[in-house]
Amino acid sequence: MSFPERGLIGIRALRREDIELILRTARSMKDISKRDVKKVPALRGKTVANLFFEPSTRTRTSFELAAKRLSADVVNFSPSGSSMAKGELMLDTVKNILAMNVDALVIRAKPEGACEFISQHVDVPVINAGDGMHEHPTQALLDALTMEEQFGTLDGLKVLIVGDILHSRVARSNIYLLKNFDIEIRVCGPPTLIPRGIESMGVKVFYHLQEALEGVNVIMMLRIQMERMQGGHFPSIHEYSKFWGLTAEILDRHAPPDAVVMHPGPLNRGVEITPDVADGARSVILYQVENGVAVRMAVLYLVVGGGR
Amino acid sequence: MTAIVLKKGRVIDPSQHLDTERTVIIRDGRISGIYPPGDEPPVEEDVLEFNVDGLVVCPGFIDLHVHLRDPGEEWKEDIASGTLAAARGGFTTVVAMPNTIPPNDTPQVTAYIVRRAREVGHVRVVPAGRIVRADGTALSPFGEMVEAGACAFTDDGSWTSDAQLMERAMEYAKAFGVPLLSHPEEPALSCGGQINEGQMSLLLGLKGIPSQAEEVAVFRDIKLAELTGGHLHLQHISTKGSVELVKLAKEKGMKNITCEVTPHHFSLTEEAVEGFNTSAKVKPPLRTEDDRQALLLGLRDGTIDCIATDHAPHSELEKKREFNEAAFGISGLETALPLSLNLVRNGHISLSRLVELLSVNPARIISSRGGTLKPGAPADVTVFDPDLEWEVTPEALASRGKNTPFLGKKLRGRVVITIVEGRIVHSVLKV
Repeated sequence: MSFPERGLIGIRALRREDIELILRTARSMKDISKRDVKKVPALRGKTVANLFFEPSTRTRTSFELAAKRLSADVVNFSPSGSSMAKGELMLDTVKNILAMNVDALVIRAKPEGACEFISQHVDVPVINAGDGMHEHPTQALLDALTMEEQFGTLDGLKVLIVGDILHSRVARSNIYLLKNFDIEIRVCGPPTLIPRGIESMGVKVFYHLQEALEGVNVIMMLRIQMERMQGGHFPSIHEYSKFWGLTAEILDRHAPPDAVVMHPGPLNRGVEITPDVADGARSVILYQVENGVAVRMAVLYLVVGGGR
Repeated sequence: MTAIVLKKGRVIDPSQHLDTERTVIIRDGRISGIYPPGDEPPVEEDVLEFNVDGLVVCPGFIDLHVHLRDPGEEWKEDIASGTLAAARGGFTTVVAMPNTIPPNDTPQVTAYIVRRAREVGHVRVVPAGRIVRADGTALSPFGEMVEAGACAFTDDGSWTSDAQLMERAMEYAKAFGVPLLSHPEEPALSCGGQINEGQMSLLLGLKGIPSQAEEVAVFRDIKLAELTGGHLHLQHISTKGSVELVKLAKEKGMKNITCEVTPHHFSLTEEAVEGFNTSAKVKPPLRTEDDRQALLLGLRDGTIDCIATDHAPHSELEKKREFNEAAFGISGLETALPLSLNLVRNGHISLSRLVELLSVNPARIISSRGGTLKPGAPADVTVFDPDLEWEVTPEALASRGKNTPFLGKKLRGRVVITIVEGRIVHSVLKV
């Protein structure tokens, strides 16, 4: 059993046809969100539980909207003010929620493998909304949908991911997804934030942003987490943004004119990306957010049962 | 006391260069004699006679690395259950690690373990004390603890980063003739790590522990052993680089360095953690095939002195968790023999070398009187069937720790009789 029966734990387990099915379904879901009445009855009578053991605003909101636009009932659970604070184990919390007869779980959690672990112990599908440094599959899917919209096709693209690759579930899921297509994948960042041996995943490594930008179609900037500086991964925010921050000047000088800029959010304006780039004509960041709802509708539709 | 006759077994005792069909007679807790079949002297007193034709008879196995969890974590294991697991695995002596609650850094805790083992234990238990007292300030009282029964001192689980303290420990231990068992792991390089740094850490996004975290520690400890002349025993080495460093030290003539390897490290690779499998979460982490091959070579060429299980039982509470939250460790006493026999079946070592690795050499490292079947020696004897196949199930394991990546697997080779000082502590054979 894999996708969609068990849910969506990671991109790594998907085949190209699974990815194409999700993207195709997402494209048809986009229309729904643009209607006056933004709702279809596909998941009427189904209940989806959003369990966010780690803080998130946009992903949780996106999943909630997606479920509601398919007419599913949604319950949101986040650990603050709940029994998690009293030391209850994550699995017990999940089993308690399941005892109330929900049809699918959307889970964000800090430990890598948390969704895999939970899915081994429950009999409803689990959708991974981000587990530690492991995977964030719906992010990679919405990124792919955005790229496909911009360029018509995924095959033949050159995609550059910049920033903290080491700690990024977004980078990992994107690499797994893009490898299913004829895509040149590049990563760029300080060597301390690039995992050793990542070349074996079929990506090219760059330490200099200007060089990495040559000839790319897509530039995906990752959020730099301030706490990495304390860990000695780089000396200062100032130095980081000087060498790996994307400014309009660098973008115009080194990237092809049709290259687009993406960011999974939330942004650190002035750190990894300057405001003029984030808000500029080449930024597709808000399309990513819009596509996030469509992709999550597609995944819920395929997983929760409307798709079968 | 009843005499025991083990008739017509394949007796393998490298301590007297023996590998041939013999009958072993045990009297008064000691090996009475070894005789060619047909030449046995008559035994007048009460006698238990076993026909062990086709089975291997050898000196009892000695495990230098066992966590009995007693005192303090008896839900994971206690001295009774852990020593029963040892008896089933063919081990007649186990060295108990000191990371108990309270830790074994006083003669009182050492004495408790020795006494408790005498009361409820199935095999000999010799405690290893902590090198540094749990409060981190000074050496444990080696002398008093040796008097209470300690056979070695160790920093298992948490390497002694302070080089000066380790240097003092190696010097001081010389006065009592005990080895220091080092857990080589530089914490600054391994902290937060969950699995080997390599392909699986890339794929799963789990923080990796590089081989070098082990190797820099191995190198420092070898240098301190060179400086002090103290006996350094390196625990559970797992990387190609560590094997190379030990080999180099031995080639330079350092007789005061020994090392062990675990069955899980020579049997498995990092791929065993696929799917976030916590039963394969262990320190040091399972490494690559390249490392595994280097361990096999080290077992064959003598660089590696012995096989030790690092038996680390945990309950479901510690293992049925998210990967990061799960405890490190594998329950290993009862699978050590069949996994080691794979080395023989795959042509890496002889049966005689296997007995050396599991019995003769570990005995020498802790100056135990075991590890031999010479007449007069304590009758610590293991009899096993190298071909008997069995399935590793929770019910088949006597240990409370069912945390093994071999669960559900069929393994070949099983201990049929274990004798400690002339007492039968485990037997599946009829008289």
